Parts: sequence; C-alpha cells; structure tokens
Amino acid sequence: MTKFTRRDFVKTAAAASVLPLMGASANAAEPLKVAYIYIGPVGDYGWTWAHDKGRKELEAALGSAVKTSYVENVKEDASAIPVLRDLARQGNKLIFATSFGYMDQVLEVAKEFPDVKFEHCTGFKRADNVTTYNSRFHEGRAVTGTLAGKVSKSGVIGYLGSFKIPEVVMGVNAYTLAAQAINPKIETKLVMIDSWFDPAKETSATETLANLGCDVIATHTDSPAPLQFCQKKGIFGFGQGADMSKFAPKAQLSAIEDIWGPHYIARAKAMIDGSWKSEDFWDGIKEGSVKISPYNASVPKDAQDAANKVFEGYRAGTYDVFTGPIYDQAGTLRVKAGEKLGLGDLATIDWYVKGVQSA
Amino acid sequence: MTITFILDALITVIGITTPILLAATGELIVEKSGVINLGVEGMMLVGAIAGFAVTFETGNPWLGILIAMVSGAVAASIFGVMVLSLGANQVATGLALTIFGIGLSSLIGSNYVGIAIDPLDSPFPDTLALDTFWRIVFGHSPFVYFAVFLVLATGFFLNKTRAGLVLRAVGENDFSAHSIGYPVIRIRYLAIAFGGAAAGIAGADFSLVISPLWAEQMTAGRGWIALALVVFAGWRAGRLLAGSYFFGVLMALELYAKASGFAILPSQFWAAMPYLIAVIVLALLSSRDGKGGKAPACLGKPFIPNG
Amino acid sequence: MRLRLEKRLEPSRKMLILTPVLSVVAIMVLGIIIFDGLGYDGPQAVWELFFTPVLDVYKWRDVATKAAPLIIIALGLSLSNQAKIWNIGAEGQYIVGAIAAAGVAYSTQSVTGFWIIPLMVLAGMLAGAAYAAIPAVLRTRYGVSEVLSSLMLVYVSLQLLSYMITGPWKDPNGHNFPQTAQLTAAQILPHDLLGSGIPPGLLVALLAALIFYIIVSCTVFGFSIRAIGEAPHAARYGGFRSDRIIWATLMISGAMAGLAGVFELMQLSRLNLGYPSGYGFTAIIVSLLGRSHPIGVFIAGLVLAITYVGGQVAQTVVHVPNATAGLFQALLLFAILASDLLVRYRIRLSFKGDIAAKRSVA
Repeated sequence: MTKFTRRDFVKTAAAASVLPLMGASANAAEPLKVAYIYIGPVGDYGWTWAHDKGRKELEAALGSAVKTSYVENVKEDASAIPVLRDLARQGNKLIFATSFGYMDQVLEVAKEFPDVKFEHCTGFKRADNVTTYNSRFHEGRAVTGTLAGKVSKSGVIGYLGSFKIPEVVMGVNAYTLAAQAINPKIETKLVMIDSWFDPAKETSATETLANLGCDVIATHTDSPAPLQFCQKKGIFGFGQGADMSKFAPKAQLSAIEDIWGPHYIARAKAMIDGSWKSEDFWDGIKEGSVKISPYNASVPKDAQDAANKVFEGYRAGTYDVFTGPIYDQAGTLRVKAGEKLGLGDLATIDWYVKGVQSA
Repeated sequence: MTITFILDALITVIGITTPILLAATGELIVEKSGVINLGVEGMMLVGAIAGFAVTFETGNPWLGILIAMVSGAVAASIFGVMVLSLGANQVATGLALTIFGIGLSSLIGSNYVGIAIDPLDSPFPDTLALDTFWRIVFGHSPFVYFAVFLVLATGFFLNKTRAGLVLRAVGENDFSAHSIGYPVIRIRYLAIAFGGAAAGIAGADFSLVISPLWAEQMTAGRGWIALALVVFAGWRAGRLLAGSYFFGVLMALELYAKASGFAILPSQFWAAMPYLIAVIVLALLSSRDGKGGKAPACLGKPFIPNG
Repeated sequence: MRLRLEKRLEPSRKMLILTPVLSVVAIMVLGIIIFDGLGYDGPQAVWELFFTPVLDVYKWRDVATKAAPLIIIALGLSLSNQAKIWNIGAEGQYIVGAIAAAGVAYSTQSVTGFWIIPLMVLAGMLAGAAYAAIPAVLRTRYGVSEVLSSLMLVYVSLQLLSYMITGPWKDPNGHNFPQTAQLTAAQILPHDLLGSGIPPGLLVALLAALIFYIIVSCTVFGFSIRAIGEAPHAARYGGFRSDRIIWATLMISGAMAGLAGVFELMQLSRLNLGYPSGYGFTAIIVSLLGRSHPIGVFIAGLVLAITYVGGQVAQTVVHVPNATAGLFQALLLFAILASDLLVRYRIRLSFKGDIAAKRSVA
C-alpha cells in the first residue's frame, strides 16, 4: 500500500478524464460504445429482461455504429459507483442506469466524467450530462383496468404491488379508475409484498386476493408466478413487463409490455449526430414505450372494444384516466370535475383513489 | 367469515409452509448430529434448478424431484467433505455453500429462463377434491404430503429407533460416541446428505409447484427461515411440524391483513415476527430446560478423532 | 499404505502462508479451464479477476472502498472467533449501526458542526454494540447459542430498516420513494481524508488493525480471550471470567460492525432499500480466512475485495456472467478453507500402520 500516494491518484484521475476525449478525436468511424447497468439478472423475465431486450433492439437497429455491453446484478449501494466509473473509463459514451437506486451514484460519477452521457431510469435528478427517462406505465394500467372492469363478475378486483412508491400508487389508481369507468361499484383489493421479486410470496399473495373474492388480479411485481396461480385457480390476470401468455395461456387477459428499444435507439442516434442534451423523458403509449399484448381469445368483443378505445385515446392524446372528479379513499375530492391530475402531481402521488382497499 | 373462507386460507398456509418444513426437517437431522449447515438456501436453489431442468427436459416431474434430491445431497456432500474430512469451519463453509449454490444455479439456470412447465398437481384424482373441504385433504401437490410424512418419520426415527439414538448421541457427545465405537464421521456424512436431499426437494417444490418456472434466487431467503424454524422448534420434530405451520399462519396473516385493509401494525412488524418469536422461544426454552436448552451439545464444533 | 492426519504441535508457519497462495493459484488454473469450457477467454477472464484490480492503479480506490467495511467488521469478529464465540449477526449490527447514524443525521439536518460526524460514529458503534448485547444476554443468562440468536436478529434489523425509510424517516423531498434524505456536507467525511488519497474507511481499517494487533498480542485481555477459546475449563481455574469475555467480544464485534455501517452510510450518502449488501456475512468469511489474526484479516479483506472488483471488471471486459464470478468466489473460499487442514495437520503416508505413526510423534 506504500505506493498508494496522492500523486498517483491525481495522475490517474487526470489520465482518466483525458481518455474519453482521446477516444472521440482519434477515430470518428469508431462505433459508439453504449453500456447498461442492471439491477437484476438479464434472466429475470421482468424488468431487467425488458431493458436488455431494448439493448438488443438498439444493436439490431444501428448495427456496427454501436457497441453495447452490460453489467447485471449491480447492487443499489456504493458498489454501483466503481461499476459506472469503469464503464466510463472503458470508453463508453452513453451509459444507461436502469434502476431507481442508482440515482446518487450516477450523479456522482457523472461529475467525474463530464464528457460521458448518463441516462437514469425512473429517477428525478438531472445534470448537464444526466438525462432521466421513464415510462407512463399507468396508461397501460388504464387499459388493463378497463378489461378488468368488463371481465370481473364479482366486482372485486385485485392488485399485487411491490412497494408504496409513486409508480405503483399511480398504477393502482389508474387500474381502479378505469375499472370504475366500466362498473362504478368496483373495488380493488391491494397487497404490497415489500419485494419486487419473490415468486413464492407473489403466489401466496395472489392466492390471498383470490380467496377474498378477487376474480381478476393485476401484478406490479416481476415474476410470472401470480399469473401461473391464476391459471391454476381459473381466474384472470395480466402479464407484467412482457407478454407472459406462455406461462398462463388461459389466465392472461393481456399484458403491459415495457418497450425501451425506441428510447435507446433515439438516444444513441442523438449521440451520433451530436444532438444529445439533458432532458426528462416520460413516454407512454403515444411514443410506443408502453404496448398492450394481444387480448386473450376469451375476452368478449365489447371488452376488447372498450380497452381499444382507452388505448387509442392515449395514442391520440384525447383520453386521460386521471380526469376529475377523483375522490380519495377518505372520500375527499382531490381532482375537480373536468380537471386533470398533472404529471408533476402524479410523479409524487401517495394517496389511493376511492374504491381501493389497502392496509 | 365463512368456513369455506377459512379453509381456503388454510390452503394458502399449507402452500407457504411446505418448502420451509421440508428444508427444516433436513436441517434438524443435520443439527441433531452436531453439525450446523448454513448453506440451506444454496442447496435449495441447486435443487430448484435441477428439478426444473430435468422435468423440462424429460417431461417427468418425478424424475425431476429425484434429481433435485440427489443434487441437494451432492451439494451438501461438498460441505460434508470440507467440514468432516478436512476440518474446515462449519459456519464459513456453510456461507460459502450458499454463495456456491446461488452461482451454480444461476449459471445452469440461464438456459431455462422464460420457460413454462405444467405445475405438478395433486396425486389424487380430481373427483376426490371437489369442494373446499375435500381439497384440504386431497387437493395438494405431492410435496405437501411428503413433507408431513418426512417430519413425522424423522420424529419417529429420532425418538423411537436405535439408529436415531445413535445419531443423537453423536450430536450430544461426539468423543464418547466415538470411544464406544460409533462411526461419528460416517454418521454425520449421512446426516448432512439427508439435509441436502431434503433441501433439494424443498427447492423443487418452488420450481415445480409454487411457481413452475426458473428464476434466479427464486427461493428468496426461505432457507434462512428454515434455519430459524429449527431453533424455534427446539430441535424436536413434533414442534417443527407445529412450528412450521405457525410460521405459515403468521406469513399468511400478513397478506390477509393487508388485503382486507387492516393496518394495525406496520407490515414490517409482521415480516419480522417469525424471527422475533424464534429468538424469544429460544430464550424461554433455555430458561426452562436449563443452560443451552435443547440444542445438541456438539452443535457446530469440529470433530477430528485422534489417530 | 494409508493416509493419516497427524496434529501438529504448533500450527505450521510455512503452511500458514503457503496454503492460501497455493489455493489462489490452483483456483486460477481451474478458472482458466472452467471459463474456457464455458466459451469465454479463460486466461483473460482470470487476469481481469485477479490481476487488473491489483495492477491497475485506478482500481485501487475501488478495492479499498470494498475492503474497508469487510476488514473493519472482520477485525471485530476475529476477536470473538478467538474466544470461540460465533457472531453470525454482524450484518444486523452493521445495519442497526447505520440506522442509528442516520438517526443522528436526521436530527442534525439543519445544523453544521465538527461534532456531527463523531456523534454519528459514536451512535453507530453504540447501536451495534447494543444489538450484539442481545445475543450476549441470551448466551450468558440462558445459554442460548449466539450463532442462532444473532442470525435471527439480522432479519429483524432488515425489517426495522425498511420501516424507518418507508415511515418516520422518509425523505420529504424524495418523491415518496423509500429512502432517507441525503446526508449534508457536515455529515460526510471527505473522500480524501488528510490528503492521503486513501479512502477514510480504509484508513480507519488500517488503524483498527493496528489497535487489534496490540490488543491481541500485548494485553492480558487478548490473552484471556485466547485462553477462554482454547481451554475454557482451564481458563476458569486460572481466574478468567468467561461471561465477561463473551460480553466483551460480542459487544466489540457489534461496535465494529456498527462502525462499518456508519462509513458505508457516508459512502452511499443515505439509507435506502439497497443499503444492506451482505458485508456482515462476507466479513465472517474474511475473519476466518485471515485466521482471526489482525494482519491476516487485513490481507483477506483485500483479497476478497479484489475478487469482487475483479468480478465486475471481468463482467464488463470479458462479459462473463455475474453468476460465474460468484461461483468462482465460492470455489476460492472452499479451497482456502480446505487447505487450512495443512496448517494444523501433517499428512503422512504410513506404510507400517500405527507403529510408524507413533514413532514420529515421539
């Protein structure tokens, strides 16, 4: 450890900050190096899988103009910093950090590498070389909620959540409001399992919701296990993040697909033509970031039509599920008739709409 | 609240309980022989991927369960060689076994992500389980019946058979057992392999029944609950059965309380409950039964015979 | 002809140094074969895993950052290990230490002062020690195995953390995400303390290793710990109180885990769901690999940190999946743990059975 002096440190830090510049000027025809850090394994068949699919789409779309790599299972602790730093040092010019917990780490490393562009998924802190991006998943929830409202016979539908964070809260609310638009009496039972990924707990939570009378259950956790249970029990559910119909061909009414490819392609192109700047993306159905899987053959025609109407409404920009009047659980009017809940309010939402039964 | 509802809830409890009961029964035998294997989680994962892969490739879930059992035992044997023949520290080796199991299962499993198989159903004909009541009796996967059988058989073995007596003797005082001629090391090898086999089956319960798919680290910490359960049961098979169902009820209660809108206590309290209770029971048992409680006296201590 | 084990009177010094080195070399060779078999560039993967973190000056900071908490926790554990007290719950004490420090941070958000950081450190160490006192009470009062009680308490601490960051201490400006507010400048040690270029955590680890070395080799306390560990009955006749040693070693290991928790909190700059990262468990392995000796622990902490950092490098450069890096680490641990046998025992090939063996003993 005796060689571990301050001088070395300054020297290497200086060398590192020069490196990216040298790479850029040395050869303009070099492919753009793009890197990803993932919270889970690429094999989770959920969140990380969807991002990796986007990465592959980027490779397919831009061919030899880009070179991508990824690091999986990066913890949301201080150890994300060296990973990000390494990727920057290895000449990656565009780095995507695909989980909320990387927020502070991305900003810290971005300060050290002003010439490398970072994009942080689901976060809310930006810098000159840090963009944030997210999807309006709740638009998909509005479509599936419409289906749930049509298909549910008991009038009680379920929602399996992970944590009480804005994304999940707005998902529950969109799902419930859309179902109530079909059947005003509908109630949503909500269980948060305090985990994104725990197939056994997801299964027993789904079973619990089913036992409490829910006949359509939406999931906001990562595994197909809840759908598999619905299949066994003869009730219905929705795929989360990807089309999961092969796990539950009868039970999956439809699925919300996370589509990251278009964003990744657009941003890599922006890097290549020099138009990249720090922005905040929150794309949805309109931009192609949220897709709805083909409906199950068992979904009645009128339900399909109702769901299509919501989907097309979002695509045309004429529909918003968060249009008043909206009451919260206590019955207080939160959004007046004719008004809309702005994206800014949605991003920090922590209250449930009337009809959601939660602990 | 109707009878049907309670029976339905009981089915949830049974589902939650079965894998931890299986793994804990295996660990009970291991600990009774005086060895502590903290690698339960790793062995479960090895069993989970082995069971899933074989079932998918051959279409035969029974073969899958068998291979899961064998793989769990093989993984446990690595631990056995390390701690019994090479005298390595049990705690460290057990933790290393967990890291090993996570890594190996993920590596093999990378070829099996996103694949679906049919869940393993009840071994009884559907006509026997038409209403909820009869579903409680006949409507479960084979794992449920096997888990109950295994823990009862283990209780019988430990308390009523000569071989069980020898196993306990080895765990209580290895040097005396050795001096009167019992093969301490061989007995512990068998116990460790049994523990691995049971953990392997528990893993297969995850990948064949609870959620018939493979996903990395799908057991999500149940191996540690199994370890808690053995302590909670005071190293007795009967209490292990009762205790595992008690744990299952606690875990189901958390979900039912949330889904019904009761928020008496924060959910984290419910989640911490099994562990808190295990610690309290540990203290109560020990104060009643004298120092050390019912823990096998040689638990975790290495045994290397002289000569 | 048969193989037999023969206990050495003194642990072999030569083997003490030789076996870990040989294990690492053996695993490197095995690694080249395995990685090649899986279709990766074997030699390069092993190079990135073991040598890049050591040779690339730029990676030293990462190794140091990773090694610091491992060493700090493992030093405390090495003390209890020597008394044959197995504190498996260091992870819990580490988490509780961080929670306590975050509590101090929570209540000093609007003030500044040099005293804040020492107060956080103190709170973290006290909380860690207090959490370790639970297994100590259970062990000394009721004879409950500390292995099991401390392990159970890890899971309780995880829930406590989850409760604090989703409830009372949730960052009001954090868009309702489960995390505490970011630490202020007055609550974080500068990354480059005293201009040394060494991260503050490693500086503390270095200092602590020195202190522990003195405790273990020069004080009566250090001697009594070893006496209790090696011969509890004899030690009792010699006037050593085993209860006191149990208390002392558990509390010290808890305080060290808490201390590591405070530094890690400053690294991450807030508490969130990603905070518990298993350092407390890995540190158990570190303390045993380092043979519960302060210098050994320091080296073992660095070695394990190297494999972590190397694993990440191998992932980005050779695209080895994360699972393989973990598998590899497990194999290395197995090899080092197994080779420990050679330190304490001699392996003899005996041709004439017991007679030859007896002669060699005499």
